[in-house]
Amino acid sequence: MGIGREQVEHVAKLARLALTEEELTLFEGQLSAILEHANTVTNLDTEGVEPTSHSMPLMNVMRPDVIIPSIGAEAALANAPAAGDGHFRVPRILEEEG
Amino acid sequence: MSTTEAPDLVTTIGLEVHVELKTSTKMFCGCPVGFGGEPNTRVCPVCLGHPGTLPTMNEKAVEYTTKIAMALGCDIAPRSIFHRKNYFYPDMPKNYQISQYDLPVGERGSLEVEVDGEFYTVGITRAHLEEDTGKSIHVGGGGRIHDADYSLEDFNRAGTPLVEIVSEPDITSPAIARAYATELRAILEYLGVSDVRMEEGSMRVDANISVAPPGERGKKVEIKNMNSLRSVYRALEYEERRQREVLRAGGTVTQSTRHWDEKAAKTKELRTKEEAFDYRYFPEPDLVPLEPAVEWLRQLREEQPELPIERAKRYERKLGLTPYDAGVLRSTKALGDLFEEALASAKKADAKQVSNWVTNDLMSVLAAVPEGTKNPPLTGSNLAELVDMVAEGALSKSQGQQVLTKMVETGLGAREIAEESGIKQVSDEGALEEAIDAALAANPDVAERLRSGDNKPFGFLMGEVMKATKGQGNPKVVSGLIRRKLIHPD
Amino acid sequence: MQLWERTAADVASLIASKEVSAAEVTESCISRTNEVEGDVLSYLTLTPEAARAKAAEVDSAVAAGDPLGPLAGVPMALKDIICTQGTRTTAASKILDNYIPPYSATVAERLYAAGGTMLGKTNLDEFAMGSSTENSAYQITKNPWDLERVPGGSSGGSASAVAAGQAPFSIGTDTGGSIRQPAALCGVVGLKPTYGLVPRYGLIAFASSLDQAGPITRDVRDAAIVLQVIAGQDPRDSTSLPSPVPDYVGALAKGIDGLRIGVVKEISGEGVDPAVQARFREAVQLLEKLGAKIGEVSLSTFGFGIDIYYLIAPAEASSNLARFDGVRYGLRVDGPDVATMNSLTRAAGFGPEVKRRIMLGTYSLSSGYYDAYYLKAQKARTLIARDFARAYEEFDLLVSPTAPTTAFKLGEKTQDPLTMYLSDICTVPSSLAGAAAISVPAGLSSDDGLPVGIQFMARPMDETTMLSAAYAFEQELGPLPKPPLWSTS
Repeated sequence: MGIGREQVEHVAKLARLALTEEELTLFEGQLSAILEHANTVTNLDTEGVEPTSHSMPLMNVMRPDVIIPSIGAEAALANAPAAGDGHFRVPRILEEEG
Repeated sequence: MSTTEAPDLVTTIGLEVHVELKTSTKMFCGCPVGFGGEPNTRVCPVCLGHPGTLPTMNEKAVEYTTKIAMALGCDIAPRSIFHRKNYFYPDMPKNYQISQYDLPVGERGSLEVEVDGEFYTVGITRAHLEEDTGKSIHVGGGGRIHDADYSLEDFNRAGTPLVEIVSEPDITSPAIARAYATELRAILEYLGVSDVRMEEGSMRVDANISVAPPGERGKKVEIKNMNSLRSVYRALEYEERRQREVLRAGGTVTQSTRHWDEKAAKTKELRTKEEAFDYRYFPEPDLVPLEPAVEWLRQLREEQPELPIERAKRYERKLGLTPYDAGVLRSTKALGDLFEEALASAKKADAKQVSNWVTNDLMSVLAAVPEGTKNPPLTGSNLAELVDMVAEGALSKSQGQQVLTKMVETGLGAREIAEESGIKQVSDEGALEEAIDAALAANPDVAERLRSGDNKPFGFLMGEVMKATKGQGNPKVVSGLIRRKLIHPD
Repeated sequence: MQLWERTAADVASLIASKEVSAAEVTESCISRTNEVEGDVLSYLTLTPEAARAKAAEVDSAVAAGDPLGPLAGVPMALKDIICTQGTRTTAASKILDNYIPPYSATVAERLYAAGGTMLGKTNLDEFAMGSSTENSAYQITKNPWDLERVPGGSSGGSASAVAAGQAPFSIGTDTGGSIRQPAALCGVVGLKPTYGLVPRYGLIAFASSLDQAGPITRDVRDAAIVLQVIAGQDPRDSTSLPSPVPDYVGALAKGIDGLRIGVVKEISGEGVDPAVQARFREAVQLLEKLGAKIGEVSLSTFGFGIDIYYLIAPAEASSNLARFDGVRYGLRVDGPDVATMNSLTRAAGFGPEVKRRIMLGTYSLSSGYYDAYYLKAQKARTLIARDFARAYEEFDLLVSPTAPTTAFKLGEKTQDPLTMYLSDICTVPSSLAGAAAISVPAGLSSDDGLPVGIQFMARPMDETTMLSAAYAFEQELGPLPKPPLWSTS
């Protein structure tokens, strides 16, 4: 299955990657090649086979509802690229929440 | 149907309600859950989405969600899993939300609601568990998102357990939508799983509404930012009218998301649905499936409290209360509990009397108390004491109201307040007769007119006697004495 | 013998018996590191002061007669994808260039508690995506056997540090072979535990359903000792296994006699370099000589391992790496609005391989392709696990070469991602099945004189059988020559 330029651009947008023209061209070719190779998998007979998302069969792993002290605002903001008034500061938001 | 001029159009509404759970800690980390406070103080590496951190499931949140699903009559999934919902937003630390997708905790429930004596059943599609986002504050540009200079992120709320309850598009009017949201809020309050404060965002209602000729499908419009039950009703009523007008004028409704502006009393378009989101859901590899044990589910069912609608029915059938009174009494769990406690300890008063005190007098006193109906500041036995005192004649009705106000203010008992403030009712005929005689002596014409069959000064005379007894005269006894003396002398 | 040449077990016992001090051991490793670091470039961050402080603590404990941890005073190197509180952790990415974690990984905490002294953080392919460590945003690590060649990857710095004598042991992470393949290429031991045995809390996630941390050591005994320290359930990782941790060191002596060992046809012949095949066949003969019952097993789905892996791992990675957005930590490239800022930051902060995998993973999860790619691959993964289970009805262990080639030349495979991906054909199947595997040196290739590794694959949670077989094999094979770099001092 080939992947077209438009799709590559769409995927880059979904992934929030500002790719250059060169990168878009490069990935268009490389993704197509990788996916073509992966087509062997799409041809495997998996009729009636359950997908594996965990290799070990665990369930109901939960923790008690008990408070663990927080790290404090100073530690929280220590790595922030920009901060102000105890908050993380970001450029204005143009779109509404999904 | 709230708009009658176009009966050829049908309104279809579905509601999506998000409820923050009242757990001690967040959904996937041990940070405390709370409202307000200094920004970024209830955070840790996990809820800040630091690299390498992993979510761990809060068992209380799972329990609460299961209780909600049970109360809504949902099938509880024998196996449910979490998915990642992938999209970028600066108040979402991982840029994916851990949520549920095709295997939620509960599915296929229903909720019965009443509007003007009519009952409607609204289907519940699903109840699922997820995590809340942080909060963005838009600075500059008048606080409007698009015009802001920049935004500030606070992650205190990020990771708070959130249950999403999705209704079927079964709702046919804004009034039913409001009743549904009201009923759902009452149920959640009864379960004790959420603060359900719409103004603080611990309960949030979004709606989908479409209007179309019968049998046709209208374009779905999603409405956000309805911050009270009243605004749910107003926004939907506005939107229903707007869509009807568009259709009647021969136009078409655009599939879109609209924002309810409470001040302007209008919905405004936020975005059209043309570019659909691609959330790339996939099973969350950091968490394992939930497979509730049969025994655990049985135990939860046993612990389920009586739900508001059941309680109301019981009050009507067993106690003979009117649907209105039963409706007020069951509106919060605390109010109904108070009523039942009072009824149990009342020695003289009956259900109707106790109910009247709660639904009329107490409700008007509590109107001035924040969260009053959720946490009434008096006990059932104190209320019973008051109701009994009035029933016995130790206090008049208006004295009782006076005492009740003080009980709510101070938390003290009825008898204690009455004694300390000297509020009592005088029923002693001798004392009252003296007062009547004194009043008649001061107003000789009044006695004359009453005797001659002119009843007009009766009220005046009553007033004078009550004034003389500092309001403590038993009005029944006083009026009886006046009648005996002047109107129907033996 | 210099102190830096010794194994972790030796160092620990010398310190415990007061023959040497932890300070002396640490100084020896620091000076050895300084001596060869310019050649091999194993480390992204060196922490000699922290190591000295920790060594001093150990020495006071020894003097006071306090109980000592199993790794008391043993220097170690951690792959720079393991979060260490207060010490820069980059995942070899520019996007985390200035990142100081506010917490430590469970693995790091357990090693500190056992007395380990951390010398520094080692180089890797950016976010562990690669098989040569050439995808590091910072430097190219060299193979101590040949400085013109790669050390393998993604835990290349961890493997080269151990092979070059800079640290007696290191910790790597393995998603599709990232511990085992560099261990094989550098002539050291690398163990990938059963998925869930070692907690993932604090490992910067690449592919969450596959990632596991494990030891890289100079011999099998050290691998058992380190595994003993880092294994076991962690309440902070919901996928960590609740089973008790067996005595790995105690099980080493169990031997190999009578074990049924299967050679996996699909990953031992075609596609594997002839000289590697030859050395591997000799290794199998040695196992037979030790009393193992050898058979061949054909597991047809193993041939699809790489393709399945490259549908699953990038998909999970695309989601795991979404958090690097310039908001809370790491690099930010400013923009007029937050979405543009995110996109510019990620474009500047991620290298080409990371971008490629994010693109691939985003695509395979996107609407309309999920069923055909991601879901299909998850089903195919079930088939691989079934193939393993079938093989384990007949065999106790499976073996194959660890990598299809010996260490390749720097730059040799960087142009074609597919060729590079094939470096993992032998290691990916056990990753997909969540099973344990270990790479042990099997000698040098007669072709180029570079190390070849043999991979033992065990049933999930059967590390003991795997370790005892690997140990018997190693003892029988005898000591291997050291890399040329070993003698520079």
